[in-house]
Amino acid sequence: MSSASEEKWDFEINAKSSLLDLKLKELWHYRDLLLLLVRRDFISFYKQTILGPIWFFVQPIVTIVFYTVVFGGLAGIPVDGLPKALFYLAGTIVWNYFSDCLIKTSTVFKDNAAMLGKVYFPRLIMPVSIVLSNLVRFAVQLALFVVLYIVFLAKGEHIAPNYIALLLPVLILMIASLGLGLGMIISAVTTKYRDIAFLVTFGVPLLMYATTVIYPLSVVQTQHAKYAWIIEANPITAVIETFRYGFLGKGSFSWELLGYSALTTVIILIIGTVVFNKVEKAFVDTV
Amino acid sequence: MGTVIKVENLSKAYQLGDFGTGTISRDLERFWARLRGKEDPFLKIGEINDRSTKGTSDVVWSLSDINFEVEQGDAVGIIGRNGAGKSTLLKILSRVTSPTTGSVKMKGRIASLLEVGTGFHPELTGRENIYLNGAILGMRKAEIKRKFDEIVDFSGVERYIDTPVKRYSSGMYVRLAFAVAAHLESEILIIDEVLAVGDAEFQKKCLGKMGEVSKGEGRTVLFVSHNMAAVKTLCNKGIVLANGQLIYQNKQLEAVSFYQTNNNTKSSFEHRGNLDSAPGNENIRVLKFMIRSLEGESISISTGLSFEMTFFNKKAGINLDATFELKNSDEIPVFHNGVLISTNNDSNTGLYHVKCVIPPYLLNAGNYSFKLIFGENQRYLLFSADDFIGFEVENESKGSNSALAPGVIHPKLDFTVNYQA
Repeated sequence: MSSASEEKWDFEINAKSSLLDLKLKELWHYRDLLLLLVRRDFISFYKQTILGPIWFFVQPIVTIVFYTVVFGGLAGIPVDGLPKALFYLAGTIVWNYFSDCLIKTSTVFKDNAAMLGKVYFPRLIMPVSIVLSNLVRFAVQLALFVVLYIVFLAKGEHIAPNYIALLLPVLILMIASLGLGLGMIISAVTTKYRDIAFLVTFGVPLLMYATTVIYPLSVVQTQHAKYAWIIEANPITAVIETFRYGFLGKGSFSWELLGYSALTTVIILIIGTVVFNKVEKAFVDTV
Repeated sequence: MGTVIKVENLSKAYQLGDFGTGTISRDLERFWARLRGKEDPFLKIGEINDRSTKGTSDVVWSLSDINFEVEQGDAVGIIGRNGAGKSTLLKILSRVTSPTTGSVKMKGRIASLLEVGTGFHPELTGRENIYLNGAILGMRKAEIKRKFDEIVDFSGVERYIDTPVKRYSSGMYVRLAFAVAAHLESEILIIDEVLAVGDAEFQKKCLGKMGEVSKGEGRTVLFVSHNMAAVKTLCNKGIVLANGQLIYQNKQLEAVSFYQTNNNTKSSFEHRGNLDSAPGNENIRVLKFMIRSLEGESISISTGLSFEMTFFNKKAGINLDATFELKNSDEIPVFHNGVLISTNNDSNTGLYHVKCVIPPYLLNAGNYSFKLIFGENQRYLLFSADDFIGFEVENESKGSNSALAPGVIHPKLDFTVNYQA
């Protein structure tokens, strides 16, 4: 029976598997599913609405109008001398992308328990599809930013793009990875213990205030130097500041801060993937 | 013809009860044990999964030590009562969950249908859902495109294909969902009772398609069902599970008949050994229960049956009664009849024998189970046992007209017919 024991099996189901086995080949086989899921999210978002995809613009526009009135007008928080609308929009779209990825990914097991409990496909597809469908929304909002940008440029505002703007793809990748990584860590923990899920629902909106969305980092550094490290320790801060610096010409950009942020992102993403991979096998039993 | 599925020492444990604040300390303990390379302290191998009795630990073995192999082209029916572990087995085989111990090795592409319409989105149209559902089941887009017309044709909902599926009737929804699944291309197909959907006509179509799949295309099929007729016609092998253990495997006909005769409990029970370990309590101990056909070996509608019980009574000087409640497999009570064992407060300590006959042409064919109730003064409960023992009444085979007649009872009635011109 020695020949029989050397038989080639296509795959084996075991109680345990290696932590770093991401089954990327399988993931590749399911790439059509990934695209279809993204399409589903996109289409189902505006089904049975009159305005359709225009709704993707409404949310950021209304948000920046409010920010301009409340934070820029009433509270009088300085914006580095930039046009308020552009300043807030730059922060908002980056922040939204991060928080959408994080919140959606952190409940991925719970939201899709019915589907994941009945059929197998690489579980990593789900969070990746969330990141991609939010990327579509981000792109739409980025287009809005570009339109507004051109309008202000034509009006002769002092906005000076520079070569740092070329880092945009890196920034997007960083934001996506951060949202995905943190989301996966949370999703893994919440399959059994739902406590963290409560933290996410109220913690993420609050975290926005610890990020430079409605104020520039320079204000914190000059006026509240003692607390600046907290804001700087937040890896999203560097991304937003770099984005603003690249496109608008003002902002606290430094390679050190961006480098720190990138390193944190990579670490979080690795931890997230490993933890997710460990939990996905048997989450059906505990979710 | 090689082995395509090899299941070795497969076990799966589930934790009972609620997950809450208590579980985190246990998780830590488990983690600590694993760190030191020890066995999981909460998994004690060897306990059998029996729903009706309360186990000592709150970990239950839904599957324990399952071993079997499946050859290419086999259609294997997996049968067993509810809770026997069939669905757990399918879940592990389709990789939805992972086993606690043991392994499964497989060759070839697997498609599993634990449910139809998984991932259907109500807002999307039939067309969009065909693509999405197909992809979830593991099909490539080009493959779905190639089979699209066939799928639509099979489902018979062509007119509604560009309407959101939330507007579909439930029948249409299921048809569309099954149609996608039926066109999966895979070497191994795992199916969990999805045939219990749609109207009779569609069910027939599905069964036909399944037969085609397993016989015509040489695919390997694993099929869980309670529909014994379907297992008999579609499968060529059978596996019987009970309480998480594989208790029988053979050709499908043998497996089905093994299951049917051993379903529920045995039709005879005799306690050997210590009196106090027999079923019962401090009042009553049941020692023996025999069910026999009045004519020949097997019980059928025309033979009738007798049942005989021996019990030890420990309560002297009371009005003792014993009641037998018979239920059919739909849990419908057929009768609830009893006997007064003593009427003048003169019961004795010791053995009593009760015998009774159920005449021919009373019970319809099917599976039955007895509930035993012992009482005092026909009022106070001394002891009762649900599903104490079961038996099957076989159908009379009368040539072509062998289908089971509906009804709880199957009496022989005298009809008078008068013709009036």
